[in-house]
Order: sequence, then C-alpha cells, then structure tokens
Amino acid sequence: MTTEYTGWTRNKEGLGLWPHQGKVAIVGWGQSDVDRRWDGVSMDKTYGAYGMKAIQQALDDAGVKAEDVDGMFVCPETGAGATGGASADWGPSRPYFEPPYDSEWGLSRLNAKWIIDNMPGFTNVKFAPDNVPAIGEQMGMVSQAVAEGKCQTALLVYGMNNFEGRYRHGGDNASDFAPGPRQWSAPWSSGDGLQLTGAITIQQYCARYGVNWDELMAPVIINEHRNGLMHDWGFYSLHGASGLTYEDYANARPVLWPCRIWDCDRPTNGVGAFLFTTGDRAKDMKQKPVYVLNHNGGQGGSVRSSQETLDESEAGRAMVARMAYEGSGLRPEDVDIFNPYDGYSFFLPLTLEGFGWHGVGKGDSKDFFNGDISVEGPHPFTSGGGNLGVGRTRTAMYIDSIQQLRGTAGKRQVNIKAETAICAFAPARSAAYMCLSSVKP
Amino acid sequence: MAKLIPVPDDLSKPFWDAINEKRLVVQNCTGCNTMQYPPRAACQHCGSDKFEWKETSGKGHILSFFVTYDGRYQRRIPDQPYNVAIVTLDEDPGINFYANLGGQPPRQVPVGAAVEVVFEEVAPGQLIHDWKVVS
Repeated sequence: MTTEYTGWTRNKEGLGLWPHQGKVAIVGWGQSDVDRRWDGVSMDKTYGAYGMKAIQQALDDAGVKAEDVDGMFVCPETGAGATGGASADWGPSRPYFEPPYDSEWGLSRLNAKWIIDNMPGFTNVKFAPDNVPAIGEQMGMVSQAVAEGKCQTALLVYGMNNFEGRYRHGGDNASDFAPGPRQWSAPWSSGDGLQLTGAITIQQYCARYGVNWDELMAPVIINEHRNGLMHDWGFYSLHGASGLTYEDYANARPVLWPCRIWDCDRPTNGVGAFLFTTGDRAKDMKQKPVYVLNHNGGQGGSVRSSQETLDESEAGRAMVARMAYEGSGLRPEDVDIFNPYDGYSFFLPLTLEGFGWHGVGKGDSKDFFNGDISVEGPHPFTSGGGNLGVGRTRTAMYIDSIQQLRGTAGKRQVNIKAETAICAFAPARSAAYMCLSSVKP
Repeated sequence: MAKLIPVPDDLSKPFWDAINEKRLVVQNCTGCNTMQYPPRAACQHCGSDKFEWKETSGKGHILSFFVTYDGRYQRRIPDQPYNVAIVTLDEDPGINFYANLGGQPPRQVPVGAAVEVVFEEVAPGQLIHDWKVVS
C-alpha cells in the first residue's frame, strides 16, 4: 500500500478555482458515541471499537460495502498529542489486553492496517498513506486523492481519545526546561500556544472594539450547546445537557482569565468516519451527494514576533477567507452554512469577521451573536454546535454541513437555503477550510 | 516563581549570553536594518541571513494580558494565578515579549503602561528577562 502522499495541499493564494470541482463528493458519514473517557473495561467502547462503528455507519449511510473501498486515510494522532502524558496513551502505566488491544493501536491510535486487520471486508484497499494529517487538512488530502484518481472510493477516519490523567500535562509540559521554540514563551507563559494566542488577541479585540468578553462569548457558546444537543451522538446528548446559562458562564472557573472552562472544548473519546467518491459514482449512491468545491491547507500569513497580535490575527483570517473564496468561486453572500472551528470559543469572532459571513465585519461579532443565531432564525451560525456543543470530536462541523446540504439535519435543519457550506477544523490562522455544495458544479 | 529554564542553542546563545550580562539584545538585519525577535536564521523581512546583535533600551509598553489560572506547565502550577502580559518594545512596537510583571497582582495589569526590563535568575547562572511597570 502507499506509504506517503505529498504535493496535494492548496496552501496559498493565487491558485484559482479548484480544477476538480464536481469530480469528488462526500457520500457517507458515521460518528461513534462520544464519551468523556474509555472506562478501561467496556471492550465495545474502545477507541478501535468506536472506529469500526463509525466506519460501518459511513458505509451504510452511503450504501457501500467494505469491498468497494480502495482508499483509506486514517489520522494516527492521539487526541492529547505528545504532551498528553497519561491522558494520551493507554500504556505504559496501564496493562494492555488480548489482541487486537495488545498495543496502543486500537486503544489510543488508529491506522489503516489495524482497521483492515480487524474489520472484515477491506480487501481492495490500494491507497492508504501513512502521513495523514488532522481532519482539517485530512479532508483536503482525501478530496485531492480522489480527484487525481489515486483511489475511487475513499474512507476518512478521524478520532480523538482521552484517558484518565490531566490533559496535556505530560511530555514537554512536565519538564523544567524550555528548549527550541519554547525558550521564547515557556518561561513566562501557560503552555498552550493556541490558547495563549487566541486569548491575547481577543483581549486586544475587546479593548479595540469596546466589547465585554462575557457579552461577546456567552451567547455563541450557549447557542452551540443548544445546537449540539440536536445531534444524537454528542457528549451532552448522551451524558446529560450542560444547561449552560449566561450566569453559569460568567461565574465559571477561569483557565486563562478571562477565558473560562466553557470557552474550551471538552476532551472526549470518539471516532468519526466519512466516505468520499467520484462525482460519477456518487450519483448512484444512497444519499444525495455533497460535492467538494475546494479545499485548502497551510496558514494565513505569519507572525512577526513572540506573540501574534490582533492585526496579524485579522489579516491571517482575511487571507484564509480569500483562499477559500478563490478556490470555491463562492462569495461571502453565497455561503449558506458556516461551521468554522471552535476548539476555543475565541476563534469564532475573528473567523466570522474574516469570512464576512452574513455581512459581519470587524468588531461586529458581539452584536451578531446577541441577535438570532439559532438554527430556526435567519443567521444560523455554527449550526452543527461545533466542538463546544458536542465535545472535542472535530467532526460536528463536517457532519452538520453534510446533513444541512442533504436536508437531513432534523431539528437542526435550517430554515434558510442550504446549498453551500464552509466548514473546518482550522485553529487560529489555519487555512484548512472545506467548501461544499449540494449542486454539482 | 519557579519559571521554566531556557535551553540556549547555537542560534540563541548570543542572546542568552547577553541576558546573563543583564543586556536585552535583539537581532538586527544588516541587509534591511529591521529588528527581529525571537532570533531566526533568516530575516523575515528581506530573507538575509546577516545579522548583528543590537542592544535595546529595555523600555516598552504593555499591549495586553491574561491571567493563568490553570496552565499546563507543571513547574508553574504553584505560581497560579499569575499574569502573562505582552510587552512591545519602544524602539519597534512590532517586536513583543512575554512578561509576568512581578509585583502586579493578578488581573491588576495597567494596559498601555510603560515598563522596563528586569532580569531574574531561573537556574544557577541563567537569567531571563522580565518586565516591571514604571511609574
């Protein structure tokens, strides 16, 4: 099988329309239950078991058999990453089990080999690269591979795990020393570049535009919790609604004040899967195809010094929006569904303003969030509920966009037209946006 | 405060050597006369790899801040909550530094106020730069 696939990223301006519009469609999705952690006992709820459940759902959703899949793209990262410590890896502090759970594969990580070895039917997978990035760029990688004919029917698998243990308090974060790039931030700061970057820039934002943090963030977070409950698989749907109110938010414990616990997505255990195929094959499948209009990767702009400033954040968001619009041919007014990434709440105002969705400009987000952003209303922002609404799956943005464009979002189905969508796992200035359409270009 | 200890490398050693002499220096590109911090192998502005180390006034202003209540560095947990501010350098406000502003109570950070560099020992023989509010 293929071990590497490179050269597929669309990571700069000036590339024009994606030349493969209409050649690739998403035709299936699946999502396991989303739990806070695996309990270490229930073998039907392991990371691997959840992966197989999500894959089967995606196949069933599309009406495709495992034998039909010839491409498999599985991101091997752990949810908590290299600094996760005990929360990221099952071992070595805990004993392994009988096969197939006798290593990290299937417990904290997934790859194509483990899935093919343990799930019947995947006998025709010919293209399965090892270097699969996180879901934001993973979506683009699969789209490009199908477009280039590397494979015809491709499975994307992405999961996030979370074991007992303080999240991201291990690895380098447990060290007394700060080598490499960390020497310029770690002696003074808090240990999470994205959190640090976003919290500072939104503090600047609040000062520049005369906005109160709570009034800016609380309405959009509460709305995301409401939207998240309208999935049947989300953390709060399965384990109890948060019941989050403005007062709860304002009085919640600070993490990086004024950022509070509800500004941060909840680490969870769950796996999502998506099935892609060619535009021609998609016509005969079970579901209405959702066509890929464009994908991007890379970053919007650069940061000059130690800390990203508000000006750099705004310029970066504007650049990635230009990339998405250029590649898709969409204009801001053409985008019906907008599901940007919300791993921290404070990504949302800058992204919304950068893309100019529903005419929102610089400094306008507070008024927009305090208007009607419900799925029933005229401005159904983040209709999928995002990570904040369902837990840290990084899949809700995509699942909701697919459902909205199919017209199958149930209680979340928006009342406005839903023919196009932009969705992402794109932290901070990441350009990893997907542009989708229910109409074949 | 038990802060993390920087580990100098080939690129950063001259910077940390200057800090240990209680001097705050930054890279200055000899091609385009642009200051740069943190140090990099090439100038972000013109791409040149020719630099000199330029001593700064050590004076700046507070741009923004937050307060760490639940950070991820084990070594800093006993210090929580602590301010993390961003300070811009007066000679070039595009250059900024992290700061803890020792002496300022958590959340009591005068954004826009003038600050000056101070030096703090984080390990035997290793200083780091921080900043303090000047009246």
